[in-house]
Amino acid sequence: MNTTVADTYGSAPTDFYCAKEPPAHNGTLIGFWIYLMSDCFVFAALFVSYAVLGTSYAGGPTGAEVLDLPGLAVNTALLLISSVTFGFAMLQMQKRNKAGMLMWLAVAGLLAACFVGLEIHEFLGMIAEGAGPDRSAFLSAFFTLVGTHGLHVTVGCLWLIVLMVQVGRFGINEANVRRLQCLSMFWHFLDLVWVGVFSYVYLVGVLV
Amino acid sequence: MLCPTPSMSVKSLRGLLLSPLALLGGCHLVLLNPAGDVARQQSDIMIITTLIIALIIVPVLIAIGVIAWRYRASNRQARYDAKWDHSPQLELVVWAAPLLIIIAVGAMSWIGTHRTDPYRPLDRIGPNTRVDTATQPLIVDVVSMRWKWLFFYPQYGIATVNELAAPVDRPIHFRLTSSDMMDAFFVPDLAGMIYTMPGMQTRLHAVINAPGKYKGMSANYSGAGFTDMRFWFYGMDQKDFDAWVARVRAEGSKLDRTAYDQLHKPERAVPVQYYSEFTPDLYSRILNRCVDPGQICIDQQMARNAGHAMTMPPNATHDGTATAIPAAPSAAIRTAAPAKH
Amino acid sequence: MSSHPANWNFLTGRFTLDSLPFLNPDLEGRIVLVTLIVVAVVGLAILGAITKYKKWGYLWKEWFTSVDHKKLGIMYMILATVMLLRGFSDAVMMRSQQAVAFGSNMGYLPPEHYDQIFSAHGAIMIFFVGMAYIVGLMNYVMPLQIGSRDVAFPFLNNMSFWFTFWGAIMFMVSLFVGDFSTAGWLGYPPVTELAHSPGVGVDYYIWGLQLAGVGTLLTGINFVVTLIKMRAPGMSLMKMPMFSWTTLATSGLIIATFPVLTATLLLLTMDRYLGTHFFTAGFGGNVMLYINLIWVWGHPEVYILILPLFGVFSEIVATFSRKPLFGYASMVYATLAIMILSYLVWLHHFFTMGSGASVNSFFSLTTMIISIPTGAKIFNWLFTMYRGRVSFSVPMLWTMGFLFTFTIGGMTGVMLSVAPADFLLHNSLFLIAHFHNVIIGGVVFGIFAAINYWFPKAFGFRLDEFWGKVSFWGWQLGFWFAFGPLYVMGLMGVTRRLSHFDDPSLQKWFIIAAFGAFLIAIGILAFIIQIYVSIRRRKEYAVGNDPWDGRTLEWATSSPPPAYNFAFIPRVHERDAWWDMKTHGYKRPLEGFNNVHMPSNTATGVVIGVLSFVCTFALVWYIWWLAAVSFVGLIAYAIFHTFNYHREEHIPAEEVRQFEHTGNWSPETQGATA
Repeated sequence: MNTTVADTYGSAPTDFYCAKEPPAHNGTLIGFWIYLMSDCFVFAALFVSYAVLGTSYAGGPTGAEVLDLPGLAVNTALLLISSVTFGFAMLQMQKRNKAGMLMWLAVAGLLAACFVGLEIHEFLGMIAEGAGPDRSAFLSAFFTLVGTHGLHVTVGCLWLIVLMVQVGRFGINEANVRRLQCLSMFWHFLDLVWVGVFSYVYLVGVLV
Repeated sequence: MLCPTPSMSVKSLRGLLLSPLALLGGCHLVLLNPAGDVARQQSDIMIITTLIIALIIVPVLIAIGVIAWRYRASNRQARYDAKWDHSPQLELVVWAAPLLIIIAVGAMSWIGTHRTDPYRPLDRIGPNTRVDTATQPLIVDVVSMRWKWLFFYPQYGIATVNELAAPVDRPIHFRLTSSDMMDAFFVPDLAGMIYTMPGMQTRLHAVINAPGKYKGMSANYSGAGFTDMRFWFYGMDQKDFDAWVARVRAEGSKLDRTAYDQLHKPERAVPVQYYSEFTPDLYSRILNRCVDPGQICIDQQMARNAGHAMTMPPNATHDGTATAIPAAPSAAIRTAAPAKH
Repeated sequence: MSSHPANWNFLTGRFTLDSLPFLNPDLEGRIVLVTLIVVAVVGLAILGAITKYKKWGYLWKEWFTSVDHKKLGIMYMILATVMLLRGFSDAVMMRSQQAVAFGSNMGYLPPEHYDQIFSAHGAIMIFFVGMAYIVGLMNYVMPLQIGSRDVAFPFLNNMSFWFTFWGAIMFMVSLFVGDFSTAGWLGYPPVTELAHSPGVGVDYYIWGLQLAGVGTLLTGINFVVTLIKMRAPGMSLMKMPMFSWTTLATSGLIIATFPVLTATLLLLTMDRYLGTHFFTAGFGGNVMLYINLIWVWGHPEVYILILPLFGVFSEIVATFSRKPLFGYASMVYATLAIMILSYLVWLHHFFTMGSGASVNSFFSLTTMIISIPTGAKIFNWLFTMYRGRVSFSVPMLWTMGFLFTFTIGGMTGVMLSVAPADFLLHNSLFLIAHFHNVIIGGVVFGIFAAINYWFPKAFGFRLDEFWGKVSFWGWQLGFWFAFGPLYVMGLMGVTRRLSHFDDPSLQKWFIIAAFGAFLIAIGILAFIIQIYVSIRRRKEYAVGNDPWDGRTLEWATSSPPPAYNFAFIPRVHERDAWWDMKTHGYKRPLEGFNNVHMPSNTATGVVIGVLSFVCTFALVWYIWWLAAVSFVGLIAYAIFHTFNYHREEHIPAEEVRQFEHTGNWSPETQGATA
């Protein structure tokens, strides 16, 4: 920008004010990242609810009485390993190795599905014991926070299946790479949320 | 209602503000001239802060008119400076002027909020009158119900519905809860409003300084019968108050669980009712949501959870009188600080 | 699952013929019946006319499935105007009830009906009038101002509109099928708990807001990405027009707060549908949690509404003073300060909850601090006029009305922010007068200013001045007549949401307030006449591309702009980019065009909107099978949509060339500025 404005007008005022092409952009990744940030606020509201209601047992069971720590360890391991395997899938994607990527994606999806399955099993067990979400405000907050996370993982699994079909049919094209990157962010995001859930809900709830 | 002569330091300010408004509406502007000392302090703060804000608002309003007129397009005499778009000095003023006003108003608000905190026991009953330490405050336990007000007078063993009375110049200590809904207890002449919520207790300290009949109401919407959820509050001298208590004792019936269950049914436009006696722990049971036998009282539940970080203090910390009251709840639950932290 | 009511059946859930209020022979039923007949007649006339003139295909192709931000913006504005009429009808009913219901006269609205009306009025005015108008404005103007051809996610933009639209329809349907919530615009429990509101009203409220809320959240994300990624070359953040800045701030607030609304309503939904105990009176529920959470959204929401209008006034004051905006940088910082502070004040909505003096003092102070940047803005607008050449066209008239009215509203706002004073004024008519003072004086006046300002850009002809002035004076005087008495009555200790009064001395004030509502009605009517007259005289009122001698890039293109907005993306060198171009002899190029890539239209937004509506409507009425079917359909269609990889088309260079030479997308315009 050393040229003065007047000089530039003299030669070509139109070019000075006109770009041939719009700036190349793709906002999908940052857009999805912003969506995840907004999702953080949903979880923040649920965490706050849990913080407020977490000891409102209303004569019902306490956290220490109903929460299953060994089950939690398995669940956490499943989800963390699932994140790692998703990472492997993304490495394969960078190498444009479709078969390898699909294989790792399938492993990640299976692990996440097991996580959801175990969680549903835990929920049903609690409800059968009379510790369902309608028993006390503590249990309402617990089921809603953990359940919302589980619902996110379920949606992630569904998305994963759809993407695997699409990669299978259309290959690793530009659009699919973008979609996989979004799903990858989503996957790791859910891991992070889970770290919050298990530290705050399970560990604090059971140990304190 | 009556229109007592202002007698305070802000008398002249109040007169200044009231005179034009009084032309409009007679002297019904209760919030500018209430009869109770707490409401009056709050009203004073409102009036003074308004005048401070007016210091900047009025010049701005004038400036809007003057600048718009002076620089109208048709006025070719006015200076036109098509490039003038910033001035560090002016921008400093632009930020500093509101800041100074807000510092003044903020300081008033900070001090006033603490001084008129509804949880704070009174230390004065008038601008120059300290509370006589020998005086026991009048305790009133308030329950908002669908859609009526139930008042317990534990020191007198009586209760009333939709009628409240208190002796003039005696501090009143309200402890408030609600049976089902969320309401706001509001007697504009007495003090600012305070919410009532089920399972929780709020407090209000106030005093009435002149005999009279004052409007009271719920100021928070609580369902179909809310409009009629009004009552009269009587400020009385001690003799009249004693007579009133005697009348309630003479005319009232007994408020036991059966009578309470009857009262608990939603009703609109409920007439005044008197109770000459009540089951001693009734208020505490309403507060702790265990009027029906078999329900676990919240305070017992919380005692069981003791050790958890969330547990509330067992009794009001700044309220020495609570222990003297037979019907005092064993766990006075102060409403929690905002949930989000 | 909560237990079903006795009249539940598998096929129609809890819907029976008794759910139709207009079949009731009482007065309420008659009111609803008459409304239904009017709506049906007008609706059928419109549908009939569309069919007669064979416009369905046109509407479908050019509007409903359009992903063009300009068309979506206009559709938002139309939706908001229709909802303004609905919300204002509610206001008229409230004002007339309160003007007559004294002593033995109970008025014509029993509490059950009156309570629905004030709840619907508030929720509609915020969500479907205020929000719809500002999203419409931002949609139309922001991409043009930053020299972009569209928003970052055009399809998402279309879908957002349909979510908002069906949320509005949810509210409208509640008028004729079932009833609406009686719990006020924020739906405080315990009133909204199933035990106290067993009917469908609260469910209509919840699901209507959820649909609109999702739409708004997607809009917020969309606009932020647009503003980050798609500004014209050379337009650094500090060269962005003020309106775009406020759009960025508002969108940021939307992203940070609407999820909280979604979560809060979700918890209430769980209480009502699954029997949880978040906000119930027993079982450990805590109503204070709801009130805190809803205001964590609710307070920033009012800044979401007002900030874009601050942007509008900044543009208008600069343009009509023929000067750059004074103190641009401090305006930007003020906007950002307001944005951040608005997150720290929510507790001032319930000082009277008994949170303690320290907490109350803190929130009292943060609330007051917000008035500093707001005050700075007022001063900056004043100094923009100072040494200017101010012409008082209709947009500027609204701006002047705003400066007066909003400043006074700001003063009463500071009064309310003083916690001890708020203990007296809370929930009184003073509070009602205050927030109408800032919302009408700020948001509504801003919207009308914006409509008058940008209408010529959108349609190529200006709006009628006479009716514009009638509309302005109707609103301006009507506002003071309607809300002046409420200020006075607030100081008399009269509280809100009452449907009947005992004290006859209040009646005169309510009659004055009703007269104010009548004046506002004239203002609204004049606005509609203004639009009608201007359309009739569109040839006479046709203007060039830049009728106000504007300063920002939206005035650099044609009026109305072509689908692609700019044949060549402008290069920005100065803050007032178009002013800079004009003053340096810029000529619009007539050769050298390229193909323009544009996103294709899609029906997905329409389909997903309809399915969401069916699903939530079924949930309102406990028609579980329909909810399940439509939900599965929704997911399936969304997945189906992702298999479409071809979402762009191009406008050939030759067509662009033709447009730029003849302007034949709108023959009435006078062509390019060149």
